[in-house]
Amino acid sequence: MLEYFDPRNDIDPERDYGTAAPSTDPVPTGDLVDLVVDGAKVRVPDGTSVMRAASIAGINIPKLCATDSLEAYGSCRLCLVEIGGKAGYSASCTTLVEEGMEVSTQSDKLGRLRRNVMELYISDHPLDCLTCSANGDCELQDMAGIVGLREQRYGDGGSNHLDDMPDGSNPYFQYDPAKCIVCSRCVRACEQIQGTYALSISGRGFASRISAGQGQPFMDSDCVSCGACVQACPTATLTEKTIIATGQPDHSVITTCAYCGVGCAFKAEMKGDQVVRMVPWKGGRANRGHACIKGRFAFGYASHKDRITQPMIRQSIDLPWRNVSWDEAFEFAAGRLRSIQAEYGRDSVGGITSSRCTNEEIYLVQKMVRAAFGNNNIDNCARVCHAPTGFGLKTTLGESAGTQTFDSVEKTDVMLVIGANPTESHPVFGSRMRKRLREGTRLIVVDPRRIDLVKSPHAETAYHLKLLPGTNVALINALAHVIVDEGLEQAAFIAQRCEREAFDTWRTFIGDSRHSPEQTEQYTGVPAEDVRQAARLYATGGNAAIYYGLGVTEHSQGSTAVMGIANLAMLTGNIGREGVGVNPMRGQNNVQGACDMGSFPHELPGYRHLSGDPVRQQFEEAWGVDILPEPGYRITNMLDAAVEGSLKGMYIQGEDIAQSDPNTQHVEAALGNLECLIVQDLFLNETAKYAHVFLPGSTFLEKDGTFTNAERRISPVRKVMAPASGLQEWQVTAGLSRALGYAMDYDHPSEIMDEIAALTPAFGGVSYDRLDREGSLQWPCNEDAPDGTPIMHVEAFVRGKGFFALTEFIPTDEKVTEQFPLLLTTGRILSQYNVGAQTRRTDNVAWHSEDVLEVHAQDAQDRGIENGDLVSLSSRSGITQLHVKVSDRVQPGVVYTTFHHPETGANVITTDNSDWATNCPEYKVTAVQVGKPIGASTSEWQQKHARFSETQIALLDRQGEAQ
Amino acid sequence: MVADIVASLKHKPGALLPVLHEIQRQFGHVPEEAVELIARGLDLPIAEVHGVISFYHYFSTSPRGRHVVEICRAESCQAMGGRELELFAKQKLGLNYSETTADQQITLEFVHCLGNCACSPSVRVGTQIYGRMSSERFEALIDELGAPALEAR
Repeated sequence: MLEYFDPRNDIDPERDYGTAAPSTDPVPTGDLVDLVVDGAKVRVPDGTSVMRAASIAGINIPKLCATDSLEAYGSCRLCLVEIGGKAGYSASCTTLVEEGMEVSTQSDKLGRLRRNVMELYISDHPLDCLTCSANGDCELQDMAGIVGLREQRYGDGGSNHLDDMPDGSNPYFQYDPAKCIVCSRCVRACEQIQGTYALSISGRGFASRISAGQGQPFMDSDCVSCGACVQACPTATLTEKTIIATGQPDHSVITTCAYCGVGCAFKAEMKGDQVVRMVPWKGGRANRGHACIKGRFAFGYASHKDRITQPMIRQSIDLPWRNVSWDEAFEFAAGRLRSIQAEYGRDSVGGITSSRCTNEEIYLVQKMVRAAFGNNNIDNCARVCHAPTGFGLKTTLGESAGTQTFDSVEKTDVMLVIGANPTESHPVFGSRMRKRLREGTRLIVVDPRRIDLVKSPHAETAYHLKLLPGTNVALINALAHVIVDEGLEQAAFIAQRCEREAFDTWRTFIGDSRHSPEQTEQYTGVPAEDVRQAARLYATGGNAAIYYGLGVTEHSQGSTAVMGIANLAMLTGNIGREGVGVNPMRGQNNVQGACDMGSFPHELPGYRHLSGDPVRQQFEEAWGVDILPEPGYRITNMLDAAVEGSLKGMYIQGEDIAQSDPNTQHVEAALGNLECLIVQDLFLNETAKYAHVFLPGSTFLEKDGTFTNAERRISPVRKVMAPASGLQEWQVTAGLSRALGYAMDYDHPSEIMDEIAALTPAFGGVSYDRLDREGSLQWPCNEDAPDGTPIMHVEAFVRGKGFFALTEFIPTDEKVTEQFPLLLTTGRILSQYNVGAQTRRTDNVAWHSEDVLEVHAQDAQDRGIENGDLVSLSSRSGITQLHVKVSDRVQPGVVYTTFHHPETGANVITTDNSDWATNCPEYKVTAVQVGKPIGASTSEWQQKHARFSETQIALLDRQGEAQ
Repeated sequence: MVADIVASLKHKPGALLPVLHEIQRQFGHVPEEAVELIARGLDLPIAEVHGVISFYHYFSTSPRGRHVVEICRAESCQAMGGRELELFAKQKLGLNYSETTADQQITLEFVHCLGNCACSPSVRVGTQIYGRMSSERFEALIDELGAPALEAR
């Protein structure tokens, strides 16, 4: 008998079981059912389809409209089976198993039925298999073979769709209706997996066709190009253009996407060393087989002509670049850093790592800074995004990380989304949220702007609390106040799990009427009654989970807001089990990892403060150097010190601070002051235009390593092609370190991970061997938690007892005035990623070719501005000019833009304000004015920036000329 | 106007069909431009509204004649000479199904059963059903429909 198996280990992601498992629980709790399929005994969980049960037993029933990523549909009639005791023929995909059922999947009668069905399909399908783009990957072709179709008796004289014209409007895939069998898999994928509902079947009967939007080309419809339909399509109807152009892949490698913090697992499908397509991997536990436009399609930057693959140096930034060997670049860079340190002191150099890089690379850079630079001037771009998360959650819960696993969303009854825009910034998780919302989970959104999640098809938003930018803390306090005021807190949980004294103090603090929604309304602008009702829902609606993003952290009170969020979760006992918790939506692929790896000026790997002697000594011993016990510079300190003249050298890995960091003109002044700027990147980005040494980086396709996503999941990144520059990034860091006199001897990144595991308790059980075997691991993964930790703080908080921190609301200094009467908040859009260095070099620009300013109709009217007008946007920091989109997504008094394009210079506008605890910049609140353009089409800064860029690109083109 | 119709009917369960009926009643068809307004008003995806409109032959997305003449093609009517009636109607009007006369007076459509089987074959003009339809009666009916319009000119 085939015993029921453990799907954690036994489900093969490469197989299609036809229908999904009845539950996503690792070990289903329901009853088990015994049945017999073609004489083989099978035991499966109740609720399993006959098709899936057969498949588990190794019997593949023919099918076309079924696939295990979608709900059973029962339309193709190919999967008919005979069931003992039942008349007729049942569709095995929609028939559920019953105790003692006897199923026959093959008989003469079934064979004839299936051939007849196939014959009808084929009567309206071109017979051009040999030249078809799906040749070798076509389920229709497979099924024709499996059912033994030998003739098509209907001829070709009747009505058909063979002359229907393809739609190639989407740059990444083609829709060819002539090949379509109308199985509806694409429509269902768009609905059930992606949740966009951009597709439907138009017409009926013979006229039935797949239609995007209102019968439009795909590009003109609501389609977000996630690729779920393309993946679901069993024929050549929806096919990647790369496959049409080059043919089927010959091998594939599982790796991890390098875009956002969801960390989707992908199968890089290859022809030799060329990637022909990226397909989301069903075995990936973060994405469960789904993808978004970026990970799925936007990988063309890896082979873009702008990539720099040769090391380059120059004496000063007004001279042309010179291509040199790696060794010459290392010697030049090391020589400069050493002479700077000799002249200006040990602290005059620093390094910045990128959350885009692997754990191993980041670990090495912080090691190089501490061991070879000899200081702690190491920071990473989490400083400008989630540093408050690290600080706030460490203070309250004891660990600088999200508490949940992504799967937890499937047990959530109430979602409280604060300052996050998951469907744009974390699209794959956004789709999982929408799926849960369609199942009836209640949604509370706290955001100044109407994000797409508020209007999800077939889902409702209970409350959208449209607060004014900069008032998160007041609102979070008001929610807590209501819960306490109305006695909705979980007293037993608090008594058992939290610090009594801190809670009592906090209880008195939060109970004060100044935190009541009636009082805070004057700051937040949110009606008190809405806040009260939302608080009641959060406290009493069942499993409640908080999801938050940069709309919480990037404020002068970012850390306070994070602590307030943790307070809410503890107050209501919504922590330590599935379906609840505190979920920071990490921006970049490896923000979590970058923080874990100790690339902070005050912490060693594993969030352990430098000043702790035993920890520091452990690293000193392992690395054979002395480590300074005092924290070094943060990014902001480094920039200030550079402007002021005490910091003269910087090493910047994979980050473009001249575009991404606030107050661009300040950043430019700092970079312009450096005597040695070493940039490691794929492209000559805005920062690199100020560099003296350019070390070419490698894409995620060109190196081995690991990324850690927002759910603390460490996933492998695997090299599928040779690095274009000849070296992987960790080798470059090691080379520079060697030139600085500190040797690093590794043969492979796995050895770096072994060193991390040996020195960092939370990573103790992590190794490449285990990652290869198990796919991914969630830290802490060590002796106490050998299988990793999907949910944290289950029995007790990491810090022991939970700590209620006081969260006084202090309004930001960035206030609206007569001169700057509007509040600007910045964000992201689905098709572009961060500074856009990669996505701008792909066809994603077809969706977002420039940053636009969203303005409410009322504010536009007051200023005589119309949709599409060019306007000037000014703040205390600077002025830029861009086009306007009049939109009711923003409320009057609030304007919004993105920062994906360097020409826009959105960060010329943002200010130096930052979080009181961590210096995370206040990107989300800037007082601005919007007005008619000043003279030319671009602002003074934009013109200066354009001239500088032009000069620098010319110097790149003149490389090789004698200096 | 479309927005008003949506607002007045959106509380109904399965409001989409009542909304589409009312729009077609008032405008004579469901204009393409109305789809987005309907979708937004009912919180439905555009594709879904399009799918429903295109599923029902009854809904037209282009303007139709002043009178819509529908001939029943269901079993009972066919048994009682409906096919001949169809041929005659097409000839008389010079139209195929879903076409409209040049003067925009009459659009010809077919339906499947008007619930008037005892008096087959049946024809419907607007909301009025006519039973026991013959070629002669059809001709008279059409002349009658056309007459006021001619006079009005």
